[in-house]
Amino acid sequence: MPTIRVQTEDFDAGAEIAQIRAGNPRVGAVASFVGTCRDTNDGDAVAAMTLEHYPGMTEKALAQIVDEAIARWRVLDVTVVHRVGELKPGDQIVLVVVSGAHRGEAFAACEFLMDYLKTRAPFWKKEQTPAGARWVEARASDDEAAARWVAGTKDAA
Amino acid sequence: MLKLLYFAMLREDLGIGAEELALPAGVTTVAGLRAHLVARGGAWASTLAGGKALRVAVNQEMAGPATAVGPGDEVAFFPPVTGG
Repeated sequence: MPTIRVQTEDFDAGAEIAQIRAGNPRVGAVASFVGTCRDTNDGDAVAAMTLEHYPGMTEKALAQIVDEAIARWRVLDVTVVHRVGELKPGDQIVLVVVSGAHRGEAFAACEFLMDYLKTRAPFWKKEQTPAGARWVEARASDDEAAARWVAGTKDAA
Repeated sequence: MLKLLYFAMLREDLGIGAEELALPAGVTTVAGLRAHLVARGGAWASTLAGGKALRVAVNQEMAGPATAVGPGDEVAFFPPVTGG
């Protein structure tokens, strides 16, 4: 069963990896990704950021993305943890863990999950910079990263 | 009634995060609802005007201009997402 959590608290990637493997001898590979808060963005120092989300839709959107990854790569299980609220440089923001029988599908599903999460899940970042607070603008490169999976050029299946 | 939600920069620019709205006469789609809100003028016109990068969800599913809107629906307006 996939695990999806949106929370203000930090997470323990090691514990989540141990959890996804626990009691499942079919697992032969676990791929994980941790996104963290940088101290600079677009050339400016970032002292802190606030992550806002759309309660209700966020969980739904993440569940749809996870279901899509599981169906497409037949991976065994997925854990997604995304933090909201106040974060400082160095803080963890997001965790994706994928377990599968083999590494290829686990790697692919993990990358797919991050690319889709960044373009489809309703989260917004606001940064504190020396010039004041500003909302982070969506990047075209994120849309392009997500589009690769539709075109099938990144399909590892 | 419609439940309208605004997030992130839109919430700040409009000065409101949520409101209840009686379905305006003639409004049947996302595009129609957006035009109705733009007609309020002021920040509504500048924030929701056409050409702005804007996303809309109806009942917590991503929607397009032609998506139907009816009584009881939850409609959210927000900027392109920036999580992860």
